[in-house]
Amino acid sequence: MRTMIALGGAALLTALSVGSAPAAESTAKIQKDCAVCHQMSGPANADLKARQTRKGPPLYFAGNKFRRDWLEAWLQKPTRIRPAGDFAPDHTAKGPEGDAVDAASLSGHPAVDAAAAKEIAAYLMTLAPNTALLDKEDYIPGRVPARIGAMDFVKFKGCAGCHKDTPKYGGFSGPELHTAWQRLQPPFIVSYIRDPAAWEPRTLMPNKHLNTAGIHKLADYLRTIGEKPEKAK
Amino acid sequence: MNKLFILAVFLCGSILYPRQAPAADAVHGETLYRVYCTQCHGLNGDGKGINAPQLSVQPRNHRDRAEMSARTDDDLFKAIKEGGQAVNKSILMPNWDGNMTDDEIHDVVAYLRALCCAGAK
Repeated sequence: MRTMIALGGAALLTALSVGSAPAAESTAKIQKDCAVCHQMSGPANADLKARQTRKGPPLYFAGNKFRRDWLEAWLQKPTRIRPAGDFAPDHTAKGPEGDAVDAASLSGHPAVDAAAAKEIAAYLMTLAPNTALLDKEDYIPGRVPARIGAMDFVKFKGCAGCHKDTPKYGGFSGPELHTAWQRLQPPFIVSYIRDPAAWEPRTLMPNKHLNTAGIHKLADYLRTIGEKPEKAK
Repeated sequence: MNKLFILAVFLCGSILYPRQAPAADAVHGETLYRVYCTQCHGLNGDGKGINAPQLSVQPRNHRDRAEMSARTDDDLFKAIKEGGQAVNKSILMPNWDGNMTDDEIHDVVAYLRALCCAGAK
């Protein structure tokens, strides 16, 4: 009897979670629309030219990477995550003082309504070919004092050369990281820092060969700056 | 007898055409430089990339003939492959061994030599 109840419960849960998945015809349209700028199916592309000409990050492992609630909200009100676009040299202008981001060359992401955002997010979360990479990680999110985390991020690991850990401080070529915790699944953060090329062979992110404690410290810092502690009631 | 003949031919071939490492390709190096290096070292290679204003150490100006001439190709290769710290320079220069093969790094070094010292003022 208990087994029956358990099976019934599992079936109900499956039905609830699958219930929001888009229909086949919608899936085909989402795939087609997204594929204009994003790689929507594997395997990983190791071609250098492809890295230079792509218009957006690959999405074929979106279900391993993003948080569903973030995707749903962002698709309705997209904001720029990569200050210099997906491939910075194409959005850089030479100037007398040095290079600067050529804002005029950047284009935004189209926004969709709430229903479409829900449908697209549901579909993207089904794209999860790299679960085995996430399963290798054993990360329990913690916190690090903000000043210590910042020093590690900026001075000891050099992440701020390319990434922003506050809206005003950090490099322009990498995605902003003060919003990373809201955007990304924690095991993805850890796995990507450990071996960026395992996710994208032509990633512009170096593999710093950090040990697990060092990787977790960085992830904890992203949590500390991205997720504010709940106020005491 | 046949085996001896084949061995003799092989040995002669080895002497006449010794196996050499492929020459570094500065043109491919330029492409790699654009992809991986210009974000800090600048589109011109002058150390003024888009990230440079936020860095606490100015990226190397690869057009500086005097500075670049003071570095051997091995120094440059090591700095790119293992990062700035490996050559007692800044940690802000990361190790690119996870992104480029050794051959590709040699190509970048060949491009750096062209950038700094072929026609530089």
